[in-house]
This record gives sequence, C-alpha cells and structure tokens, in this order.
Amino acid sequence: MSTAAFIVIATLTLAGALAAASLSKLIHAALCLVVAFVGIAAFFFLLGAEFVGLVQVFVYVGAVAVLIVFTILLTRRADENTGGFNWGGVVLAIAVFSALMWAILGTPTLSIAAPQIEALTVKRIGEVLMTDYVWPLQCVGLLLTAALIGGLILVMEDKR
Amino acid sequence: MPTLTLFLMISAALFSIGLLAALSRRHAIFILIGIEMMLAAANLNFIAFWRFDPQPQSPTGVMVAIFSIAIAAAEAAVGLALVIAVYRHYRTTSVDKLDQLKG
Repeated sequence: MSTAAFIVIATLTLAGALAAASLSKLIHAALCLVVAFVGIAAFFFLLGAEFVGLVQVFVYVGAVAVLIVFTILLTRRADENTGGFNWGGVVLAIAVFSALMWAILGTPTLSIAAPQIEALTVKRIGEVLMTDYVWPLQCVGLLLTAALIGGLILVMEDKR
Repeated sequence: MPTLTLFLMISAALFSIGLLAALSRRHAIFILIGIEMMLAAANLNFIAFWRFDPQPQSPTGVMVAIFSIAIAAAEAAVGLALVIAVYRHYRTTSVDKLDQLKG
C-alpha cells in the first residue's frame, strides 16, 4: 500500500519537476511546478508530517505559484524568446546527481526501515514553536516583514 | 514503507532537476523556479531524516522544514519583485541581456 503510493507520488513529482525545468512555455512550466509541489506535499503526508504537508500546499501552491503566474503575466511579451538553453548546466546537473547518488548508495546505514513513532500533533508543534524555537520564530517574522516591505519598495512606481 | 535511501534518491533527483533549471535556462523566472525546487528538495531531506531517526525525541527536522518554507516564501517574493523591476528597466527578463556590468 505504502510502496504503491510512494511509486505513484515519486513518478508524479519527478515528471512535474522535469516538465517545469524543460518546457519552453513559461505558464506551462509554472503549472507543472504546482504538480511537483503537490507531490512533495504528498511525500510529507506519507512521512507522517501532516502539518508540514499542509503548510507546503498553502505556501507553495497557494502563494508562491500564484505569485509566479502573476509575474509571468506582468512581464510577458509576444516576441520574447523563452526557449534559450545552456547545455553546460545540463552536464553540471548530471555530474551533481551522479555524485549525490554515489554518496547515497555508498552508505549502507541509510537503507533502514522507518521506526514506529508516535504521531506528531499540531499541539506538540505549537508547544515546541513557542518554547524552544521562539527566537527563530521572531527572527522569521522580522525577515518576512523586511522581505515583503523590500519587495514592495522594489516594484513601487517612481512618482518624482 | 520505503527505506530512507529511496527518499534521499528522490530528493537528489529533484535537487538536480532544480539545478538544471537554474543553470541552463536563460529566463529569470525559470531560474527562480529552479531555486524553489532545490529548496523543496532540501525540505524533503529534513523530513525524511526526522522520520527515520531511531530515537525521535524532538521534532527538529519538522521545525527546520517549517522555517525553511517561510524563508523560501520571502525569497520568492523578493526574487519576483526583482524580476518585475528588471523588466520595467530593460523591457526583458532574459538574464543574458543583463550585461551592463560586463567589463
């Protein structure tokens, strides 16, 4: 059951990611990116991190993908060529992939089955967030505020 | 349940596809898509290592993934704002044409 779900999700995620990286139409690539993000959220559900899966769907599919689509529509020109491709990047990506696979497959201690763990509830996440991780939480809040104000200033029209 | 190796292999494949998109495409939005994909692959690694920990005490991996998603959202907002600002200035989003700093 779990293995079949893993195969389906893995195929969907990798196909979406490959299509997002290789399609020449920007808007199609953005929609394939949504498929890949939903697949990653499904992986989070499979791994027992339901809260992170939900956050992934809300933030990536709900906010980032819509932001990307809006930017594509705002910067679109009919005569623009989006198909440019640099083959050096392909070679480098394949080299990085081979190195990662060599490291993963060469480490026998990684081929372990999942242990039985108690379910991670949202209550527990909230408790940890408000005790051990309260300073990182404040820093992320500050960072988000600064980033959004910075983004607004970047795209503001110059009225002078 | 599949083993940890399988999850790491999927994550490595996603990271490489993101790297491919970031390095080989000439359009600025494709580069941002690649960076987002690499960040998502890193999150998958964090969650997988948390789930396969033999003695899970604290949900550290989950916490790091949540913070990483928040930072990725901030990065996407600033990156796309930069793309729009560049487009207003140069009327293009191809990174090959942004070569004013070239010697």
